[in-house]
Amino acid sequence: MSKLSKAAPWAGLLPFMIYLVVFLLAPTITVVVGAFQEDGRFSLVNVNELFSSTLLTVLWKSVLLSGVSAIVGAVLGAFLSYLIVTRPATSVVRRVVTAAAGVLAQFGGLSLAFAFIATLGFSGIVTKAVSSSLGLDIYGNGWIYALPGLTLVYTYFQIPLMVIVFLPALDGVRPQWREAAVSLGASTWQYWRQVAAPLLTPAFLGALLLLFANAFAAYATAAILVSQGQPITPLFIRAALNSEVMLGRQNLAFALAFEMVIVVSIVMAAYALLLRRASRWLR
Amino acid sequence: MTTAPEASSTGVGVSLVDLRRTYGTLNALDGLSLEMAPGEMVVLLGPSGCGKTTALRILAGLDRADAGEVRVGDKEMTHVPANKRDMGMVFQAYSLFPHMTVRDNVAFGLRLRGQDKGKRLKRADDMLELVGLAKFANRFAHQLSGGQQQRVALARALAIEPAVLLLDEPLSALDAKVRVQLRDEIRRVQLDVGTTTLFVTHDQEEALAVADRVGVMNAGRLDQIAPPTELYARPATRFVAEFVGLSNRLAADVSGGGATLLGTRVPLLDGSVESGAGHALVRPEALAVAADGETNARVVSVAFLGPISRVQCRLDDDQIVIAQVASAVAAHLVQDQPVRVDVSADAVLVVPD
Amino acid sequence: MIRESGRFRVVRYVAYVVFGLFFLLPLYSMLDFSTRDVATGARTGKAWAALVQDEVLRASIVTSILLAVLTTVLMLALLVPTMIWVRLRVPQASRLIEFLCLLPLTIPPLVIVVGISNVYAWVSYLFGNSAYTLTFVYVVLVLPYSYRAIDSALSSINVVTLAEAARSLGAGWSTVILRVILPNITSGVTNATFVTVALVLGEYTFTSLLNFPQTMPYVIAAIGKSDAPVSVAAALGSLIFATLLLLLFSLLGRRNRSAKEA
Repeated sequence: MSKLSKAAPWAGLLPFMIYLVVFLLAPTITVVVGAFQEDGRFSLVNVNELFSSTLLTVLWKSVLLSGVSAIVGAVLGAFLSYLIVTRPATSVVRRVVTAAAGVLAQFGGLSLAFAFIATLGFSGIVTKAVSSSLGLDIYGNGWIYALPGLTLVYTYFQIPLMVIVFLPALDGVRPQWREAAVSLGASTWQYWRQVAAPLLTPAFLGALLLLFANAFAAYATAAILVSQGQPITPLFIRAALNSEVMLGRQNLAFALAFEMVIVVSIVMAAYALLLRRASRWLR
Repeated sequence: MTTAPEASSTGVGVSLVDLRRTYGTLNALDGLSLEMAPGEMVVLLGPSGCGKTTALRILAGLDRADAGEVRVGDKEMTHVPANKRDMGMVFQAYSLFPHMTVRDNVAFGLRLRGQDKGKRLKRADDMLELVGLAKFANRFAHQLSGGQQQRVALARALAIEPAVLLLDEPLSALDAKVRVQLRDEIRRVQLDVGTTTLFVTHDQEEALAVADRVGVMNAGRLDQIAPPTELYARPATRFVAEFVGLSNRLAADVSGGGATLLGTRVPLLDGSVESGAGHALVRPEALAVAADGETNARVVSVAFLGPISRVQCRLDDDQIVIAQVASAVAAHLVQDQPVRVDVSADAVLVVPD
Repeated sequence: MIRESGRFRVVRYVAYVVFGLFFLLPLYSMLDFSTRDVATGARTGKAWAALVQDEVLRASIVTSILLAVLTTVLMLALLVPTMIWVRLRVPQASRLIEFLCLLPLTIPPLVIVVGISNVYAWVSYLFGNSAYTLTFVYVVLVLPYSYRAIDSALSSINVVTLAEAARSLGAGWSTVILRVILPNITSGVTNATFVTVALVLGEYTFTSLLNFPQTMPYVIAAIGKSDAPVSVAAALGSLIFATLLLLLFSLLGRRNRSAKEA
């Protein structure tokens, strides 16, 4: 086969490749390059500023928000998955939960933000109900519009995502393992501790990492709930782009975006490794 | 491979008394009673849905009977939870823990019993030696073939020195050749260790090859339980006669304690029709085909199977029979050749039309 | 079957109730909040009426729906032929394509926005300033989910064998793709479409940071500061719309399946 005809089939992929290069790779490269530039020249000024105490605090808050919502979402989501995995696939509860998880996980950040404004905002339904029946003001200083509120809101999204990602792993735990363990003398606790938990740990950790990356990269919900200030990295990027507080700090935005890419890439790489282990055991 | 074991010190007797189990409208077990002698290998044989796996799982404690008793040794086990029954179980497939090495899998039951590490790993290695997989101790389940995995599962079940060994269709998921090798292996190990064993299968050749006694189950009941040779030669019911081995159905006339078929008079097996017309169930090897003398049939086809051949003949009264003959004899037969088919059975079961 | 203890069954049902409340409460709140007058607390359909009456909002809804349609079409046109082509002619490239399609999961949309202004300068030069140019970047956002949906549909049929059979009967490539393979991956296509529509209707990052004020999410967010009930009504409306779409697709899928089996 001549070289040309060998290469020809690959030409069929060109439209797709070119599209990705233009709309995905070019922006990413712009960000990476731009992080190391200032005033059109190579400079480490912006990257250095990433290590300033302000920006490190902001990064830390992002990590905290993502981590807490991921852990809470993972634990609760795993528990909910466990509750329905023992039901047969046709049971009503299982189908309802799976469908609901599918829909809620598509719940865009925008709708999510307004859902919680309607619930716990200043004139939110729950706020009013609690204040009129128990006389408590749960709105306070508007905690929902700051980090604690964001954590709660993110969890609403993380739990369905966890169900979607973790349920297949739980399904992969074969009943023969439990029966074999039991016939060999294991109590329920021993089975969980020595067989099920070690088997599910890679899948659980992988799902946890996915939830973390998901929360870390999220923008819309935070952008709507938090209108003043920039407590977390994505909002700092918004500020840098819109030049509210800073003038012409475009390159700082690049640096911050670069930081985000690094964090998410590391997390997703670890996720991919854990996924491979989990799928080998839980096929 | 079916010699009865000597009285064994490790085996205990097992009694299943009148077990009943229904799932909704499905009657899985309809009064099953079974006694197993210490050290004996009993095979429960039957088609899918006959209740054999249900019986095994009730004995294991993984399922609970609606009525009836389970006794092991002299202990009443009916309500004892599965993890306290001291039984070793081998499943059809997928039962090895994928995150543990082979050695750790085998040692698992001992670890649960609190044995210290050195002892239990040594015992695990001994068991792996017994099944011929000592070199695979550090591998993982996904690195082993199906047959190897089942041998590890066997080693794991025996490591805890169970009172009873339970095998739930352990060979059904394996290739044909591996199946034959492994069933001999299982029998060898079982005789060696002397554990009372209940083996469930739908493959009648497997059952006949390894069992001390075979129990044929049909719709939740035990049709017959007997040593393999007796089961084959003297089936108690039509179901047993047709499920185990091949059977020809030949028109026969019964009177005075015997059946007349193909011009020959043959004694009756218990359970036969007492008098009148019926069909006799005759094994292919009980039919002889000769090319000389008075003929009563024509050859339809000859299937060469190596040492023996199966000759299909159409009798003069239009019945079709299959006779099993030595290939040397069949070699001379051609299609449409007139032949004489004779029956030479010790006894036959005659069923109503 | 190992039976579970009665005690655990209580835990199970309590858990269902707690989870049910947690997830239904915000939805109920949205319904209640959007049908109440903020000042008087009385029931009113004002907020929902604004969805059709408010001109800016109504226009933005139309714009977003059109945007969703455009994105779906472009995504399918780009992705389906490519994926089929890979399976038929360049199977060695499948890992590469998979990696590329899942890449947007690792590159946050926010990052893409930050770096895309050069590219969009060109886009607006070539295609003008309308919000519909967002189609290009939305296709990238939707790629991982669409890829997965179409890939699992393609995996469930034997693409190579079907194509070879069709070719041996004389079909050209476009016939193979359009009339042999596509009808057999409808479930993948509908899943991908659903994900795309849901994503476009809720996408806020790009609209706001690239400054396209004509889209529904942008308008909802802008109104939210002054007239929260309307925003909540719109948000709930788009959620209901997405759910109905999902139901519609799964019903179609079921009818398709039974037609195939018949």
